[in-house]
Amino acid sequence: MSLTASCQRIVRDPLLSPAQKSHALALAAENALPYPALPAEVAEAMAQGVLCDMFEGHVPYKPRYVLPDYEKFLRQGSPWLELAPPRDFDEALDALRILYHHVPSVTGMPVWLGRLDHLLLPFVGELDDEALHRKLKGFWIYLDRVLPDAFMHVNIGPDDNRICRLILRIDGELKQVAPNLSLFHDPASTPDSLLMQGVQNIALCGKPHIVNYPIHRETFDERGFGIVSCYNALPLGGGANTLVRLSLKGMAEQSADLEEFMTRWLPHYCEQASRLIEARAAFLHEESGFFASFLVEEGLIEEGRFVPMFGIHGMAEAVNLLMDKEGLAGRYGHDEEANQLGHRISARLSAWVTARPQPHAWGGRALLHSQGGLSLDKGVTPGVRIPYGEEPDPASHLLALAPHHGYYHSGISEILTLDPTIRQNPQALLQLCKGAFALGMREFSANVADSDLVRVTGYMIRKSDVARFAAEGSRLQTTCLGAEASELTGIRQRAPRVLGLEASLCDY
Amino acid sequence: MTTEDDKGGRTATVSRWLPFSCVDGPGNRLVLFLQGCNFRCPGCHNPHTIGLCDHCGDCVPGCPSGALTPIDGSVRWQASLCTHCDRCLDACPRSASPKTHQMSVAEVLALLRRYGPLLTGITVSGGEATTQLPFVVALFAAIKAAPDLTHLSCLLDSNGSLGETGWQRLLPVLDGAMIDLKGWRESVHHSLTGQGRERVLASLQLLARAGKLAELRLLQVPGRSDFLDVGGELDAGLAAFLQTLGPVPIRLNGFRHHGVRGEAMGWQEAAMEELDRLSNALKVKGFGPVSLPPL
Repeated sequence: MSLTASCQRIVRDPLLSPAQKSHALALAAENALPYPALPAEVAEAMAQGVLCDMFEGHVPYKPRYVLPDYEKFLRQGSPWLELAPPRDFDEALDALRILYHHVPSVTGMPVWLGRLDHLLLPFVGELDDEALHRKLKGFWIYLDRVLPDAFMHVNIGPDDNRICRLILRIDGELKQVAPNLSLFHDPASTPDSLLMQGVQNIALCGKPHIVNYPIHRETFDERGFGIVSCYNALPLGGGANTLVRLSLKGMAEQSADLEEFMTRWLPHYCEQASRLIEARAAFLHEESGFFASFLVEEGLIEEGRFVPMFGIHGMAEAVNLLMDKEGLAGRYGHDEEANQLGHRISARLSAWVTARPQPHAWGGRALLHSQGGLSLDKGVTPGVRIPYGEEPDPASHLLALAPHHGYYHSGISEILTLDPTIRQNPQALLQLCKGAFALGMREFSANVADSDLVRVTGYMIRKSDVARFAAEGSRLQTTCLGAEASELTGIRQRAPRVLGLEASLCDY
Repeated sequence: MTTEDDKGGRTATVSRWLPFSCVDGPGNRLVLFLQGCNFRCPGCHNPHTIGLCDHCGDCVPGCPSGALTPIDGSVRWQASLCTHCDRCLDACPRSASPKTHQMSVAEVLALLRRYGPLLTGITVSGGEATTQLPFVVALFAAIKAAPDLTHLSCLLDSNGSLGETGWQRLLPVLDGAMIDLKGWRESVHHSLTGQGRERVLASLQLLARAGKLAELRLLQVPGRSDFLDVGGELDAGLAAFLQTLGPVPIRLNGFRHHGVRGEAMGWQEAAMEELDRLSNALKVKGFGPVSLPPL
């Protein structure tokens, strides 16, 4: 479709709001510009569909994900925004409401809202729980209605505190799509009663994710990390400059056998992905002017704390294809040999990525990422997940995938779908979560099979919204991604299956 | 003291096992369903776990995938060929299954170690688990004796038919039992289980005294159960009996057609309102906590 035709279609779409149209028009304009110069082999890998730039747009003029140091902002205010440091709880919430509007990302909305309990605790003062509940509930409704993007992510914990408890209570009461929520868990500082409140919320509304805090803390540095969007771990005070993705399925299809996959195509495509990362990051860091932003000037982000994410998906299909080519019958997720082949591929990818220098990267290297999918994906399973509909029981599911988790430093997520019977026995969910962490998993997410609010990859949609969107449009930006996903993949035919997608804004 | 070595070789006939269950006791439990039952409940949801295979071979011709073969007078089941269409179960004249396997205590311990971090405990169910009591005692003793497994609680799901001597052997290694009471008066109990109630009542009292009655389960069958009197109140005799048990968690199960064969397919399923009435009648008298079916 020509640029004009695309834009004509966007402006006439009765289901998009004016703001959603603006965003789609901007993307169309960006994509009318020439791509940064790419080596021929990179362009070929993209044309084959093995390598993908996640439809971030042709010319990255903003980082994919930004994690500002909100604590510093609340301490010092902002000269550029003409804001004095907040003095009480209301002023702190107001300051955050303002700054959120100035934090860019690939979706045009902030994907990280900070470790909210830690940010707000210094401002609690004499307020009692009822007053805090009223103020935070208003804030929660504001976030969902004004920044309606389920990629927007709040982090809480690992310690037990009033704000953390109140946020869990409010999130369970409102059952909103946004914001996404992660509860950090540290066996040394998270009491079981707090984890229990978290898993009871999962049974209510599919949120929060539970995060293995110690394992992430060791991956990053003393300035810390944040869990953003769906589902990425990145340096605080920085973020991700770009994300590219390799289809392991596509690589396996080209391989005559396992040997050729491991020794020829894996290194070849990893190198092409690394060169694509270089080209995209070079434009952002050297030409876009982004790092002249007040966010940098006021010390809320540092250019050196941005890191590229090296994504992969389609592990399940790759393993099954390679098993076929080796004449082996075992299937990914069910057979020990197939599972171990998957673990070997992850180890090989990790060895490659951690050895390949990147000029624009915190730590000098890209970080491996098990990518949750795009709303347009068909016939390929997100990240290293087991294809939906083929998952074994939840315990075997976790055992099969846990060994991957050590390799995917910038994020990996599995989503368990549990029977509604688990609501009567939240202790079982708690046990699964603690067991998953004992096995080395970086995070734990679950859906209960009859909830309206379900996880699509790492973000939430309401099943009822998806049905309504087809007729009326949605105020939630992510509903159209969920709608696209559920039409393509049949999510709603299969109860609440997790899909994998992340995404381009609708299909323009 | 029992060690893994001396009892590890004892085996049981197992119908199936699950590494994840959240409906067989608190937390996440590995569940072992042992084959064989001494009750004959017309409303059984798993009738293929009642009998023991005598290798008559009646199931072999009907198997569409060739998973069953007669070898040396016995029926061999090949799991890799089986499509679980369950025609063999329909064909069986003795409510048994050719799809059972023998598992040793050592094999179950290996499973518990494999799934260890994800488990709260193990529940042995059936069939009727206590028909293979020596295995259950050996298994629980081995778990209690293994330092890396002692955190797992050992629960039994039973029809309560075990005699006192049997319970005395099991109690030292048992953390709790969940016992069914499927009818109150002798005649009703008999019609719903094929057996009298005396042993069940004795088991309930024995377990309650030992502090190991984890749950009492009442099965409500519309038009057949007698837990409520004609006035809709808890039967006075049942109330007096429950009083002797002291505080015990009670779970209500409503009769459903799922898995049922034979005459009970003509019975009416229990509606949630009926279970609510029973629940309220129990609560009014101070019994419980009472839980309803999850679905």
